Amino acid sequence: MKIAVCVNHVPDTETKVRVASDGKTIDPSGVNYVLNPYDEFAVEEALKIREKNNGEILAVSLGNDSNKETLRKVLAMGVDKAVLLKAAAEQDSYSVAKAISEYLKTYEPDLILIGKQSIDSDNSQVGGLLAEFLGLPSVSVVVKLEIADGIAKAEREIEGAHEHVELTLPCVISTQRGLNEPRYPSLKGIMQAKKKTIEEVDAQQTEPRVKIIGMKSPPEKQPGKIVGEGPDAVPELVRLLREEAKVV
Amino acid sequence: MSVTILAVAEQRNGEIKKTSFETVRKAREIADGLGGTFKALLIGNSINDTAKELGKYGAGSVIAVNNDKLTHYSTTAYTKVVGEIVKKEGAEIVFFPATALGKDLAPCVAARVDGAVAADCTELKIEGGDIIATRPVYAGKALIDVKIDAPVKIFTLRPNVFPAGEPSGDEATIEEASVDISDDDLKAKVTEMTETSKGKLDVTEADIIVSGGRGLKSPDNFHLIEELADVLDAAVGASRAVVDAGWRPHDEQVGQTGKTVSPALYVAVGISGAVQHLAGMSSSKYIVAINKDKDAPIFQIADYGVVGDALEIVPVLKNELKKTLGK
Ligand SMILES: Cc1cc2nc3c(=O)[nH]c(=O)nc-3n(C[C@H](O)[C@H](O)[C@H](O)COP(=O)(O)OP(=O)(O)OC[C@H]3O[C@@H](n4cnc5c(N)ncnc54)[C@H](O)[C@@H]3O)c2cc1C
Ligand SMILES: Nc1ncnc2c1ncn2[C@@H]1O[C@H](COP(=O)(O)O)[C@@H](O)[C@H]1O
Repeated sequence: MKIAVCVNHVPDTETKVRVASDGKTIDPSGVNYVLNPYDEFAVEEALKIREKNNGEILAVSLGNDSNKETLRKVLAMGVDKAVLLKAAAEQDSYSVAKAISEYLKTYEPDLILIGKQSIDSDNSQVGGLLAEFLGLPSVSVVVKLEIADGIAKAEREIEGAHEHVELTLPCVISTQRGLNEPRYPSLKGIMQAKKKTIEEVDAQQTEPRVKIIGMKSPPEKQPGKIVGEGPDAVPELVRLLREEAKVV
Repeated sequence: MSVTILAVAEQRNGEIKKTSFETVRKAREIADGLGGTFKALLIGNSINDTAKELGKYGAGSVIAVNNDKLTHYSTTAYTKVVGEIVKKEGAEIVFFPATALGKDLAPCVAARVDGAVAADCTELKIEGGDIIATRPVYAGKALIDVKIDAPVKIFTLRPNVFPAGEPSGDEATIEEASVDISDDDLKAKVTEMTETSKGKLDVTEADIIVSGGRGLKSPDNFHLIEELADVLDAAVGASRAVVDAGWRPHDEQVGQTGKTVSPALYVAVGISGAVQHLAGMSSSKYIVAINKDKDAPIFQIADYGVVGDALEIVPVLKNELKKTLGK
């Protein structure tokens, strides 16, 4: 079985976002980049599926040289091969999905695993776009997965319920927290990853379709008041909620 | 030629949720602003009566696609239906609610109809005939203004941000449309649905959220949160710490790697206010924090704070609210 996992390289969750001088992007100084948290679940799931079914896992990341750090990490987790699709800085989900789909056409995976969402652009789009570009079915926000006999049975999280979805392989599956517990790279894994080469390919270029005009900080929330201490403060809190905020 | 604008509404078991009304209302307003033709689209089986309800929120006519193969959601089949209707109507602008369904469907439709999606928009305005959408990025730590440059422009609208407004007495005209669904279109299909929240509200849909964190000390104390939520008709949320500890299901997690919410009222109980938690809830209109540490970061963004032991305060708060709300 051939599995492709798409991994993005994003600012970590601690990042304090400051708008850069171009007024469109974030100031990268002092920002620490990591493997996109949702993609850890995709990688872990790929490793588990390979343990059962054998085969090979290819990790794909689109971006620049710094994405190699993330590719190195997933190699250390146990991924077999890694490719960096080198691309210009300005991308949107459409251009990312297009470039990855073009590359994967030659790899012909049986399964494509991706994260539910990049935690930088918060788009949740690459999976659906990629699936359609490749003419494959997809299921998103998956918290449970079983694969057997060319059929994937997935549970997907929706508002207040889980949808049980059945789909035929090859397909695209986007992973959500709850699916598994991502492993840490072992020391052996880290050593082996150092010896592996990361293939570098120029990504097929497509114009981004969602153009960023400007970026701004959200309106700052001013600290309010401490109403009081202990249960004695409750009547005043309720009064404020009713009379000042008018929310209850 | 006037532009055609479509709003895709969502029904589950013959019921339309508020998020779809919000989307229809906003889409109608944009359509009026652009001087365009506006229609809503509803997909399912035997949904004509349900579809009429969209009229109360501004949809003069609703395209209803009925098919027994569309009773349950299927990404592949629904993508086909929306794609065909977009092409048939010549729609250039399409709106979806940014619900689980809308988020799943919109990118697939975009690929089929040569479009692109501005996801999870929180503001839309018309400038020089173009729609400028504002959307949060980095879990709300920044906002971007975007413009779509594609033949079909698709927007998903964040729940709970655009007011649905009061329902009018209007009934929509139903235009039935049929789309052939073959087995090949059902390569992905829902075979079963299991409720996870026993009929309770999802945090993304709720006007009020009561969230609990590690300050509750033990999962056995979470009934305090649930009871307070009950009195307020609120959804229950949680910090990642208590989700990781297995006290709460992860679909309740609020934060950068959980759900992003913007309710009218967010009550944080025993939650310290780590950046990852704040990222998911700081756009709430009002924030109440109950925490025994007066220096907890959550107080930095709370409108109203109470310092003290949650285990003592929450029951008193519940009773006080019960009394004032006459419950
Ligand atoms: C990659 C990454 C992603 C993350 N994503 C998220 C996310 O999406 N959502 C999220 O929430 N977190 C997330 N986190 C975790 C986050 O950093 C915090 O660890 C977490 O939010 C802390 O949860 P907490 O406030 O419940 O617990 P704590 O930080 O332990 O805080 C408990 C609070 O309860 C108070 N307290 C204790 N006893 C009482 C009492 N009796 N009465 C009242 N108050 C009391 C304490 O003063 C304290 O402020 C993420 C972390 C990482 C690294
Ligand atoms: N630049 C990228 N390179 C590789 N994979 C990506 C990239 N951007 C997004 N993805 C994948 O697509 C998923 C959804 O991303 P998004 O649509 O950007 O929210 C991510 O979790 C990744 O698995």
